[in-house]
Amino acid sequence: MAEAAIPRAAEHPPYLAHHFSDIEQQNEAGTLGMWVFLVTEIMFFGGLFAGYTIYRYLYLPGFEAGSRLLEVQFGAINTAVLIGSSLTMALAVRSAQLGRRKALIGFLVLTILLGLVFLGVKFNFEWIHDYHEHLVPGMGFSHPGPHEPAIQLFFCFYFFMTGLHALHMIVGVGIMAVLIAMAARGKFDGGHYSPIEVSGLYWHFVDIVWIFLFPLLYLVGGRY
Amino acid sequence: MELLNPNAIGGLLAQAVPRWPGFPLHPVRASTIAEGVDDLHFFLTAITLFFTFIIFTVIFYFMVRYRRRSADEQPPETITNMALELTWTLVPTALCVVVFVWSSSLYFQNSRAPNASMEIFVIGKQWMWHLQHPEGVREIDELHVPVGVPVKLTMTSQDVIHDFYVPAFRVKKDVLPGRYTSIWFQATRTGRFHFFCTQYCGTGHAVMIGWVYVMTPDDYAAWLAGGTRGETMTQAGERLFHQYGCVTCHVAEGSGRGPSLVGQFGKPQKLRDGETLLVDEAFLRRAITQPNSMPIPNYAPVMPSFQGQLSEEQILQLIAYVKSLAQEERKGTGQ
Amino acid sequence: MSAAVAEAPAATRVHYLNADYGVKSWLLTTDHKRIALLYLGTITLMFFVGGTMAVIMRMHLIDPAGALVQPATYNKLFTMHGIIMIFFFLIPSIPAVLGNFLVPMMIGARDLAFPRINLLSWYIFIVGASLALYSLVAGGVDTGWTFYTPYSSTYSNTHVIPMALGVFIAGFTSILTGLNFIVTIHKMRAPGLTWFRMPLFLWAMYATSLIMILGTPVVAITIFLVGLERLLRVGIFDPALGGDPLLFQHLFWFYSHPAVYIMILPGMGVVSELVTCFSRKKIFGYSFVAFSSMAIAVISFLVWGHHMFVSGQSIYAGLIFSLLSFLVGIPYAIKVFNWTATLHQGSISYEAPMLYALGFIGLFTMGGLTGLFLASLATDVHLNGTYFIVAHFHYIMVGGAVMAYMGGIHFWWPKITGRLYPDLWARLAAAIIFIGFNLTFFPQFMLGYLGMPRRYATYPAEFQVLNVMSSAGATILGIGYLIPLVYLFWSMRYGPIAPPNPWRAKGLEWQTPSPPPTQNFDVTPVVTEEAYSYGPPEAAREAAHG
Repeated sequence: MAEAAIPRAAEHPPYLAHHFSDIEQQNEAGTLGMWVFLVTEIMFFGGLFAGYTIYRYLYLPGFEAGSRLLEVQFGAINTAVLIGSSLTMALAVRSAQLGRRKALIGFLVLTILLGLVFLGVKFNFEWIHDYHEHLVPGMGFSHPGPHEPAIQLFFCFYFFMTGLHALHMIVGVGIMAVLIAMAARGKFDGGHYSPIEVSGLYWHFVDIVWIFLFPLLYLVGGRY
Repeated sequence: MELLNPNAIGGLLAQAVPRWPGFPLHPVRASTIAEGVDDLHFFLTAITLFFTFIIFTVIFYFMVRYRRRSADEQPPETITNMALELTWTLVPTALCVVVFVWSSSLYFQNSRAPNASMEIFVIGKQWMWHLQHPEGVREIDELHVPVGVPVKLTMTSQDVIHDFYVPAFRVKKDVLPGRYTSIWFQATRTGRFHFFCTQYCGTGHAVMIGWVYVMTPDDYAAWLAGGTRGETMTQAGERLFHQYGCVTCHVAEGSGRGPSLVGQFGKPQKLRDGETLLVDEAFLRRAITQPNSMPIPNYAPVMPSFQGQLSEEQILQLIAYVKSLAQEERKGTGQ
Repeated sequence: MSAAVAEAPAATRVHYLNADYGVKSWLLTTDHKRIALLYLGTITLMFFVGGTMAVIMRMHLIDPAGALVQPATYNKLFTMHGIIMIFFFLIPSIPAVLGNFLVPMMIGARDLAFPRINLLSWYIFIVGASLALYSLVAGGVDTGWTFYTPYSSTYSNTHVIPMALGVFIAGFTSILTGLNFIVTIHKMRAPGLTWFRMPLFLWAMYATSLIMILGTPVVAITIFLVGLERLLRVGIFDPALGGDPLLFQHLFWFYSHPAVYIMILPGMGVVSELVTCFSRKKIFGYSFVAFSSMAIAVISFLVWGHHMFVSGQSIYAGLIFSLLSFLVGIPYAIKVFNWTATLHQGSISYEAPMLYALGFIGLFTMGGLTGLFLASLATDVHLNGTYFIVAHFHYIMVGGAVMAYMGGIHFWWPKITGRLYPDLWARLAAAIIFIGFNLTFFPQFMLGYLGMPRRYATYPAEFQVLNVMSSAGATILGIGYLIPLVYLFWSMRYGPIAPPNPWRAKGLEWQTPSPPPTQNFDVTPVVTEEAYSYGPPEAAREAAHG
């Protein structure tokens, strides 16, 4: 029976964890791990999408009325901002592949900035405005009219879904910041950039969730 | 289960002497469907015992026959046997399909209330049952019904989810807030049978129980007549229809701001968005509590909601009244 | 095949338990074996908390009017018993203890794919369990473990929010553990270890992990919504505010049905290991058993509506769920028959792990067959919400999953601790547990058909005899569980030192010393034979070349 030798400490690169036999295995494990994690995120958001779908079917007029109360221009700006940030993220991965540290850091910074723009628009222009219009369930919600309960339900889903999404964005921004710190210390110079790729997957996923949220929440009113 | 004939002196004696239940295997069979359900249940019990017996016996046999006699024993190589695998896959599958077909047809049969059912309305609330006969008699935690007559219970909850279960009749259904569920049964013997709440509903869940009293038709008529004199559900509904101002818009001739309700119950109604719904109890309840969730053509959605202003009981009374308008129309007498 | 193993006495040999000392070395460990022990301690504590509640409930029920506690307290007891046993004991049990310990070892790896995430998952579990215990101490929850709305979201005035938060957080433990196992099994198998040479325990862990990652997020978001609804008084599931209580039930059961398969599949993996080792035979029908685990994982997501046959679901939906619920039983039947056939012409010995495995097969057969009564629409109408359901799931969870867990703990105890336990006491405990279990739960089938509803703090007098029988059995069962607690603890200090392979079992984990070194294998093993190659050596050689 042949016995394979495990690499000795001197042979392994510092970014290879001791329990993996080689860097390919580590990279594959990391990528598969991120995909599996994204599947769980799909199921997590999926519960909310399922609830939304049922209630929209039951209360379409109310949902349409609620959707018309949202400011679609901000939603559209945010959509463009997020797609842009996915572009900068992809360019960051490309820079890492090509070993260009400055470009990598630059694109990561741009990604963070676009993410912060998204969050800023959401909090400052949309949510604060909704609060002042008494559209936040649980915080003085009031919208007298024939569809008030359905509109409140719509706004429940609006805030839960965009809130959960925003939370994921904040985590994503945090991850980008960590990557910038690592890049600045030269961690990705040796052709080992799998953490950037894997974080890119996460960022693209967060973007895709928004691509679904935007039409479902903002474009129900039927005026487009 | 205790069986009590309220008419017999013997029943009084039986009540006085404590009874040893003697490990009955099933509750008393007091409805038309009970025997069918028991037959299926005991067939499944037989299958369970049979397969359990087979597995236990085979395992015991192997345990003894193949027990290790020496530390160096070498059992022969395991040979997979496709025929055996297929057999023990396909035979259980076939058995399952048979049971599924039997059970589903029984279930379909048991779920459909016969058209001529007598209706009684049930409202569950924490932690008691209100039962309302159309003639106006109300009961709390008790249900009197005649034997041999199909009875349909239309049920709703005033607060959380409850469940109405009569073991002797083999019927059970959840009772939900905001909507109606229904069950039906036809009792086959007189007597007194438990009913239970079977969906956990809070502190008093275990005391939300009562008795169904099945009486001969004569006794039932006598009981009904001797009950608290008051208005029938239809009369109460008519009173509410005027008291809450429904009559101002829902003018019978159709000239009001709202549609006439004469003859509407049981007919299809097209909504503004094109969907067609049947005007049944659920439709009417929704129309009263959330009128603008289903706007209809030709009428502006200006009906106010009565959610919170009317109790479940009052809504049922209004529905009884609207139903009666359909019957009058059919009889040819106008409003 | 055997690696050269140092037979030096444990006192001088370095292994994962003595490689490092101190609280920090345990609380900051990334060694999957130590993390498994951290879980073992935590869930054992939770088991006894939940078990104490069960004892109180059974003692209370000897009197129809309730012997011990007020109804409000009883309602909290059954709720917390369910929540603790399901979320904080059964779901983690085999995966987090035995899975964490054995998955890397069985595939010949040095650790799981993500060791730090593994440690994180234990800390997440601690946070979740602490919130649950806080809720208990603060006054408890009385919604039932099923949290049906609108009772849980609007009407109950107990500590629902911390409990819901605790369950929500604990869900992430499952998700991360499942993620770790999936990646590990896909990417870190030793050379020569193809999928179809893996021990069936790994197939079971893999199937369980699939369910964990797909189902848990749905219940997490559902419970989170219930908490938010309570906090903000909005009407997602409350009809008075436009919501739909049935939507809650659909979302809840979409996870909670597969969850019960999370609880039983790992046990079946353990039983495959035990039955083969203690009859010294290759499993009969390996690929059937492996594929049946995968079939269960898939079909488990399609049957949730059988919990809602009387809830107001449409008759047609009921039909579909009923048919699928019957079909999900077939893979289980396949496993039971294959295990039984494995015993044929074997060389069977009766150490405690084998007694637990055989007990599992018998009790699971009974519990599983009673599932047919519930998949069947016509009988489920009568049986839903009664003690029949309680008996059914306890046969599977306790007679099945817990017995498999006990069997696995006993089987791998020498590997984990390096000590042997006294087998006579272990067999005695297994027998007491088996007898006590049947005495406790068999009468409940009868109670259920007679019509006694579940979750009743008081009940009509005609049900008393069967209740007293059940409570008497519970006393015996309780004693049965205390006995292993004593001798297993005792063995850690005073038990004889265990050799590397006391059961002469096949499997890569047995090729290491007991206890293993931190890195598991000094050299990466190469696998050349099928799983459970207990057969004659010529047959193994043929299989390797064929």
